[in-house]
Amino acid sequence: MAQASTALERRYGDTQRTDRWWLEPLLVGSGLLIFVVYSTVSGVLGEYWAFETEHGLYLSPFFEPLIHPEFLPDWFSPAILILWAPIGFRTTCYYYRRAYYRAYFLSPPACAVREPAGSYSGEGVFPFVLQNAHRWFMYVALLFIPILWNGAIRSFWLDGEGIGIGLGSVLLTVNAALLTMYTIGCHSLRHWVAGGLNQFSRTPLRRLRRRLWEIFTIANEHHRLWAWTSLIIVGVTDLYVHLVASEVVTDPNTWSGPI
Amino acid sequence: MADFETHEFDVLVIGAGGAGLRAAIESAVLGQRTAIVCKSLLGKAHTVMAEGGIAAALSNVYSEDNWRVHFRDTMRGGKMLNNWRMAQLHAQEAPDRVRELEEWGALFDRTEDGRILQRDFGGHRYARLAHVGDRTGLEMIRTLQQRLVALGVDVFQELTVTRLLTDGDRIAGAVGYWRDSGRLVLFRAKAVVLATGGLGKIWAITSNSWEGTGDGHALAMYAGADMIDMEFVQFHPTGMVWPPSVRGILVTEGVRGDGGTLRNQSGERFMFRYIPPMFAAETADSEEEADRWYDDRQHARRTPDLLPRDEVARAINAEVRAGRGSPHGGVFLDIASRRPAEYIKRRLPSMYHQFKELAGVDITREPMEVGPTCHYAMGGMRVDAETGASNVAGLYGAGEVTGGMHGSNRLGGNSLSDLVVFGRRAGMGAAQHAAGLQAVPALDSSQASACDESMEAPFRGDGKENPYTLHRELQDLMQVNVGIIRTDSDMRAALAGIAGLRERATRVKVEGGAAYNPGWHLAIDLGHMLTVAEAATRSALERKESRGGHTRDDFPNASGEFAKVNVVVRRAADGAFSVSQESLPAMPAELQRLFEED
Amino acid sequence: MPTAHLRVWRGTDDGEYVEYEVEYDEGMVVLDVVHRLQATQTPDLAVRWNCKAGKCGSCSAEINGKPRLQCMQRMELYPEGETITLAPLKTFPIIRDLVTNVAWNYDQARAMPELRLRPADADGNRRMAQIDIDRGQEFHKCIECYICQDVCHVIRDHPENMAGFAGPRFFVQLASIAMHPLDTNTRRATVDHGFGLDYCNITKCCTDVCPEGIHITDNAIIPLKERRVDEFHDPLRIIARKLTGRG
Ligand code: SF4
Ligand code: SF4
Ligand code: FES
Ligand code: FES
Repeated sequence: MAQASTALERRYGDTQRTDRWWLEPLLVGSGLLIFVVYSTVSGVLGEYWAFETEHGLYLSPFFEPLIHPEFLPDWFSPAILILWAPIGFRTTCYYYRRAYYRAYFLSPPACAVREPAGSYSGEGVFPFVLQNAHRWFMYVALLFIPILWNGAIRSFWLDGEGIGIGLGSVLLTVNAALLTMYTIGCHSLRHWVAGGLNQFSRTPLRRLRRRLWEIFTIANEHHRLWAWTSLIIVGVTDLYVHLVASEVVTDPNTWSGPI
Repeated sequence: MADFETHEFDVLVIGAGGAGLRAAIESAVLGQRTAIVCKSLLGKAHTVMAEGGIAAALSNVYSEDNWRVHFRDTMRGGKMLNNWRMAQLHAQEAPDRVRELEEWGALFDRTEDGRILQRDFGGHRYARLAHVGDRTGLEMIRTLQQRLVALGVDVFQELTVTRLLTDGDRIAGAVGYWRDSGRLVLFRAKAVVLATGGLGKIWAITSNSWEGTGDGHALAMYAGADMIDMEFVQFHPTGMVWPPSVRGILVTEGVRGDGGTLRNQSGERFMFRYIPPMFAAETADSEEEADRWYDDRQHARRTPDLLPRDEVARAINAEVRAGRGSPHGGVFLDIASRRPAEYIKRRLPSMYHQFKELAGVDITREPMEVGPTCHYAMGGMRVDAETGASNVAGLYGAGEVTGGMHGSNRLGGNSLSDLVVFGRRAGMGAAQHAAGLQAVPALDSSQASACDESMEAPFRGDGKENPYTLHRELQDLMQVNVGIIRTDSDMRAALAGIAGLRERATRVKVEGGAAYNPGWHLAIDLGHMLTVAEAATRSALERKESRGGHTRDDFPNASGEFAKVNVVVRRAADGAFSVSQESLPAMPAELQRLFEED
Repeated sequence: MPTAHLRVWRGTDDGEYVEYEVEYDEGMVVLDVVHRLQATQTPDLAVRWNCKAGKCGSCSAEINGKPRLQCMQRMELYPEGETITLAPLKTFPIIRDLVTNVAWNYDQARAMPELRLRPADADGNRRMAQIDIDRGQEFHKCIECYICQDVCHVIRDHPENMAGFAGPRFFVQLASIAMHPLDTNTRRATVDHGFGLDYCNITKCCTDVCPEGIHITDNAIIPLKERRVDEFHDPLRIIARKLTGRG
């Protein structure tokens, strides 16, 4: 059974893998696409689609913290002022980079499967060199954690009625928790807290930083999991808040009247 | 000599395991133009298989430890047949060599206060083995390899040396071939260091890789070097026994050092029945005491699971023969019931992995099945303790290819330290020899062309013998007749068998071409293996007693007479072997005193 | 005895796949089957191996398109009756059959910075805590099988990048030097542009295939990239440097 030397796969897509290697990039690619389309719709159409329930009980995480300066025109969604940060954070995230390089750039589509591009220069050239900004985004993302927790805690307090709990509060809380896990599992943060040290044992402070590093490492080992769960929950929460705010669905909760 | 690729160096090191690398480093540091040659890729040598650790009296764990205790353990482990001076230098210098490895990048496991941690091993009175989990050999070889690369030593990898060249009675170089092309290579050198390792591939059940074909032993004999102690072969007590394809693969003694115990079919810890008088005073005689010993060295004696390897191997052999073995013809090694799973995975990660992947056994839940496997040749080229020099001028040796250091039985952990202690000394010796020579010795071209011809023979003849078949037959022959338990008649049968194989080997036929042809490579190695098998068998016939790695059914006890001699074997130019008994070098009184308390 | 259907690459670059049928025993690994093939049908079949226990990293090849150690792949992993394709590592030039020329890797090794440790303590010891070396110990598990080098698309699909790219195995080595608690090389020596860290787009194939389970990307490559960020791209550090006038 003779074959020419091209049998050693010098052509695109050629591989001798016999498993369904295309499944993962397909799923990842579709998942990301759905999220991008949805979040664009939700964020940009902000003004035309209620994103906050009355008395500010539930605020969609896309709009947290709510900033709406006077000088901006009405059609300008306040989400746009916020979303650059989480979008930038996730776009430059080491996990998402892996995901979209594989799924969209096919670089490579899967391991030991030939990639289509004729040449490749990696992350050293524009625009990919901008991925180095992940550290900057990480600093900003850290600020978002207390803000989102603040929103989550707020959702347990209805003006005039006091403490209670609704499905929306649960979603906002889970959202804040998963986002926290995602953020503390960030490679950049893990490095920042102690990864740059070579001698952890030298001082008590360094030992403490090493402890933190170990904890962040646990989150980091499942960074992909947090990346997806936090992505899905933020979308679901956003959709839910829109639906409640526009009175399409009613929030089950412990307060007396509808919210 | 047109078709030889020729190179010239001051020092040529053959073999790139621990000893060869260390020798080459030393020679290069001393300013000699140095090259190192190896049969495999650089960094793949059998040293990577060493698991448990490197023995050195660093006294980090037990401050009572010192070189004298280590020396004494080594001599007793070798049943006093060791070259005392080698054992002494080894015990004295091992700590420095370990620290040197650390300086070059090795990361040994640490004690609480940040020094090198040491673990228990068979025959060592104190926890003495510096280690990296259970992959110490890998750490050592990588460290030395990187040091070698940093020094810019010339490396010839996947090149097999087939003969040493001599100019009268001194070394002039070596001939070999590139494995990938079959192209012949001629090295001219002022000094050669043999560091080729072992010869386990002569036996059927072995922990050795394909490389362990005794090339260096054979090359030394062809060049006229004296070989000593060739009868002593260590059968490591714990090799894997199942599945068949992994039979012989090593299970580290570290399993027992870290709390594992040997059991027979009925769950009995049978080692308590096999404590020899020589070790009775310091070995626990109850399970309770043995278990206590792991944490309390002051008031308990060591477990018999950690007797020297020869004792344990014989005990396992006896249990299996008595029908008390495990289902696949070994015994059980149980750490699962004795240590927590986490501990096992942390201390013995590669054992865990090896059993999981290769045998489908989870060693944190089930016992392992183990049995003896041919592991190490105590015997080899006779060398000077200080310099590694053989009786052939310019020929040096270090590591497993040499004899004397370990006597009749090697303690676990003493091999890695042997490699670096005597690797360095041989490198130094060779470098000094080379520095003392004005010019590279003259070359006798007829020697080289003779090699060329004998190497081509397997392609030309009209023979029908398959090298793989011959090899297998040799292995079975040696396993049955010159194995753990030997008798006069078996060994004579082995000699006859070897002669028959030698004759058939002249009719070996190989298929294919000269480029990376394993069948051809084996055909060439086969000659070395036959030579070495014969030397080992003849030595074993000569030693009419049982001692260390040489047990005879017809002479079951140690003899006072044989306690005083090495068996020396030499091969004449015409291929005839001569065997003689020569007295051991005498140990100075000051060292002798260390043994008087026995 | 079950029978294996093998398709084995024979010859050099212009070789071909040849099909074989070999009987095998329970518990055998792919390498055993290859050896049986050698001993019974085709004695000149070229294959590299040493330890047969996953410790030396010699026997790397591509089995059904995936780079693997032949000695660690049990035959049970492959459904009986299905053809198993055995090919040499495709990133490196073929010498013959399953053996490739991996010299490029040794070239990279020569370019590695040398470790330079601080002097020992007065008593000759070099004190290092276990927590200071456990990262390095993970990296030292590497058996140099070069499977990660083989699978890395940077060179597998773009051989022209070989000139400026050390590859995952050597990023592991760089990380082990960079994180050594007593090393005195400058930070920049281990994150030098010349090693080609920028080529890596952290798609993690190296980690996926490493038989030693080294977290090549998470623990070596990304931390090295982050050290580069420390050096060149961290806003807080840039400001701090401006303020203190250092660096
Ligand atoms: S993660 Fe980087 S180094 Fe590893 S295979 Fe992918 S591109 Fe290569
Ligand atoms: S890092 Fe892993 S895959 Fe790469 S060479 Fe080392 S052991 Fe092999
Ligand atoms: S690496 Fe994913 S968030 Fe930083
Ligand atoms: S033969 Fe050593 S790793 Fe496979």
